[in-house]
Amino acid sequence: MSAHPPLPALLETNPRLDQWVKFTAPGKVTVSTGRVEIGQGVLTAMRQIAADELDVSLDRIDLQTGDTDLTPNEGYTAGSQSIQYGGVALRLACAEVKSLLLDAAAARVGAKPEELAVSDGTVTRAGAPTGQDYWSLAASVDLSRRATASAKPKTARGEIGRNAPRVDLGGKVFGAPSFVHDMAVDGMVHARVVRQPRRGATVASINEGAIRRAAKGDIDILRDGNFIAIIGTDETVVDAAAAVAPGHVSWDGVDPINPGQEEGRWLLQRPSIDRNIGPEPVDPAPGQARYEASFTRMHIAHASVGPSSGVAVYKDGHLTVWSHTQGVYPLKAALAKTLKLDPAHISVRHAQGPGCYGHNGADDAAADAAVIAMRRPGVPIRVRWRREEEFGFEPVSPAMVTTVRVLLDNQGRPVDWTTEIWSGRHSSRPGSGGLLLAAEALPDPPPPMPAADPPEAGGGGGTRNGEPLYAFPAKRIIHHLVAETPVRTSSLRGLGATVNVFAIESAMDELAERAGMDPVDYRLAVLTDPRGKAVVAHVAKMADWRPGLPVGTGSGRGVGFAMYKNRAAYCAVVADVEVDEAVRVTKIWCAADAGLVINPDGALNQLEGGVIQGISWALKEGVRLDSAGISSRDWESYPVVRFSEVPEVFCELVGATADLPPLGIGEASGGPTVAAIANAVAQALGARLRDLPLSRERVMDALLKG
Amino acid sequence: MTSFTLNGRAVDVSAGNDTPLLDVLRNHLGLKGTKFGCGLEQCGCCMVLVDGVPTKSCGKAVSTVSGKTVLTIEGLGTPEHPHPLQAAFLDEQAGQCGYCLPGILVSAKALLDKNPAPTRREIAEALDDNICRCGSHIRILKAVEQAAATMRAAPGTQP
Repeated sequence: MSAHPPLPALLETNPRLDQWVKFTAPGKVTVSTGRVEIGQGVLTAMRQIAADELDVSLDRIDLQTGDTDLTPNEGYTAGSQSIQYGGVALRLACAEVKSLLLDAAAARVGAKPEELAVSDGTVTRAGAPTGQDYWSLAASVDLSRRATASAKPKTARGEIGRNAPRVDLGGKVFGAPSFVHDMAVDGMVHARVVRQPRRGATVASINEGAIRRAAKGDIDILRDGNFIAIIGTDETVVDAAAAVAPGHVSWDGVDPINPGQEEGRWLLQRPSIDRNIGPEPVDPAPGQARYEASFTRMHIAHASVGPSSGVAVYKDGHLTVWSHTQGVYPLKAALAKTLKLDPAHISVRHAQGPGCYGHNGADDAAADAAVIAMRRPGVPIRVRWRREEEFGFEPVSPAMVTTVRVLLDNQGRPVDWTTEIWSGRHSSRPGSGGLLLAAEALPDPPPPMPAADPPEAGGGGGTRNGEPLYAFPAKRIIHHLVAETPVRTSSLRGLGATVNVFAIESAMDELAERAGMDPVDYRLAVLTDPRGKAVVAHVAKMADWRPGLPVGTGSGRGVGFAMYKNRAAYCAVVADVEVDEAVRVTKIWCAADAGLVINPDGALNQLEGGVIQGISWALKEGVRLDSAGISSRDWESYPVVRFSEVPEVFCELVGATADLPPLGIGEASGGPTVAAIANAVAQALGARLRDLPLSRERVMDALLKG
Repeated sequence: MTSFTLNGRAVDVSAGNDTPLLDVLRNHLGLKGTKFGCGLEQCGCCMVLVDGVPTKSCGKAVSTVSGKTVLTIEGLGTPEHPHPLQAAFLDEQAGQCGYCLPGILVSAKALLDKNPAPTRREIAEALDDNICRCGSHIRILKAVEQAAATMRAAPGTQP
């Protein structure tokens, strides 16, 4: 029987130590992570983790990332899990490698391993060099062995907790080619796809002549089933053809959809897969006080600032794809299926893209490039989606309805809490049952994906943060997974948590008001988790929160709180707003506890970004539909927050300590920000808006009704 | 054939007159710093300066810059000799994915060239044609303030 603890899941999947750490060049350590840079700074943080654990300087670390030929399979870079799980696995692997090398050094110099230390890769004894270093020892230690997770990571910290500057920002600030969009390979041609309007649509006719005339240059038109691509050496020519092409292809099998489905309440009428998580619902006792309210949100878009892109080449029987996907291995598996190609003949390499905030068009653009590359062997194919294509065809975050139903005790505190959620699916990633758009357009398309949502073990999808962290005697979630949605839906930063936290925290304010209590005091009274309490108290202090502000003056202040997924970072937000015809956010304070923080400045950057994206979600964002599908296909019809609309934002990390495991922070601040703004608006108006976004139109409606 | 001055150097390009300046920069001249964002002149990813004026290059036919001066991110500064804006953006770690930054940096340069001491509000308004989706706005505004202060302290030293 082994005394060793079971391996963390990521080490179990990638058990060889040399999958994580290798010594290939003198003075350098090759460290591999399956996690990829999506603007969150993970490359910098992983280097810090490895440098810290191995006791080498940062510049000795050569980091490999997201490559199916080179790096561990860590699934997706998603769910605020990179540091919390991927970083911890890397750290354990580094600790074990260091321990093995020290054992080898001890044998060579005739010392006990515990008498030795490492300084920038050099082995020392009582502070003096031993003549051994990692590179002299590496050849004698076989790192292709299975990890045991037996070496305890060290507690003294060098690189961890330091504000190391982002490794990738320098190039970007000077305009160096940094993104898959910027790749220029010899012989590369440009391609655009004429998108199948929706699954099942078939080409009725194509006016190729009109498309070629608009191109004003040479183009190659590829058609296979309902997959149509325009290819050419001159991107300008290809773009000109692609811009008019949708108007010159007519389709059969495109039934109009009801644009009313853009509002979340439509979900209440739809068939769903239902389940109850938690105790069975109970009836109120006679005379028992109760609360019920429903909150909704429209679909929202990732709205990445650059449309998706992918590069692929099929040469000598091997397909190589460069993509800003969040998961190189799942994309490889999905490509193998789509192309009916042996996975051994596919390599997927991560190349950076603009921030994605979840499952956008990245995988589909890569698949487009791969499908074309297979049909034009030897020619590197670069696909770059059009803006209209990204807005019109990327999977969006599903519309949602969240109803909160509460039974109260005689002090106005919840004794039985129900969060009832209606939502489309929050994941249709390739690898979790989702389909690549190109696969649906090619002959012999795969069957439709079965309805499914991310499991509770991963934090849930629609149900994410449906359970409040507050200590109520009974809590349950009723989940209605609406199988059919008018448009494709998938993961967007926060998944269901954004709407659920908005609903729960709005309800908390209404319950506090009924109980005659200040919103912060009310939360602290029903929150028993000490770290949660500390975060709420800290943000109240930051904002100089005072109870008893007047209601309905046009100025308001609100608070929102959640622990992301009830297992990642704690985050509390206070928002100040001014409301006349529209809502203006004037100040935001944000406090978070993320346990051990690898790079505090990077963590703050993530919190700030989440706050600002949260402001945009709260006030501006909703995907518009017409009978053909998504009609909001530009930045005018899908506005996001602009510089003049951004308030002062103050973020602080609290309780960060080396003694606690890291908690994912990337998605922690969005939900609490939306909730804090909604609560501030309710105070400013003296009336509560329950439907996102809190747009000018909705504010005007509320004012007219009030 | 269109001739213009690009980042201080005379260039002749043979692209068709209607070719978007963005395509000329990225594909004919190989300068990948300026980005495609929307092709609709709405997001500012493709911002360059034409005779010092922020201009969205995705909708600007190359023939319209004939004889003019064009500045792109590659002409702002280098890692060895960064423009104060670039130094300040790195100092503030003002960015997340970084895709919007080239456009934002040149918009900010145009502002500081005509207004050496802008208020926070003036900076924000000058950047309203640039979309940042990651939410790096606060850091970006601070970085522009920092660069303005640097440039006021040592006028005329920046590239």
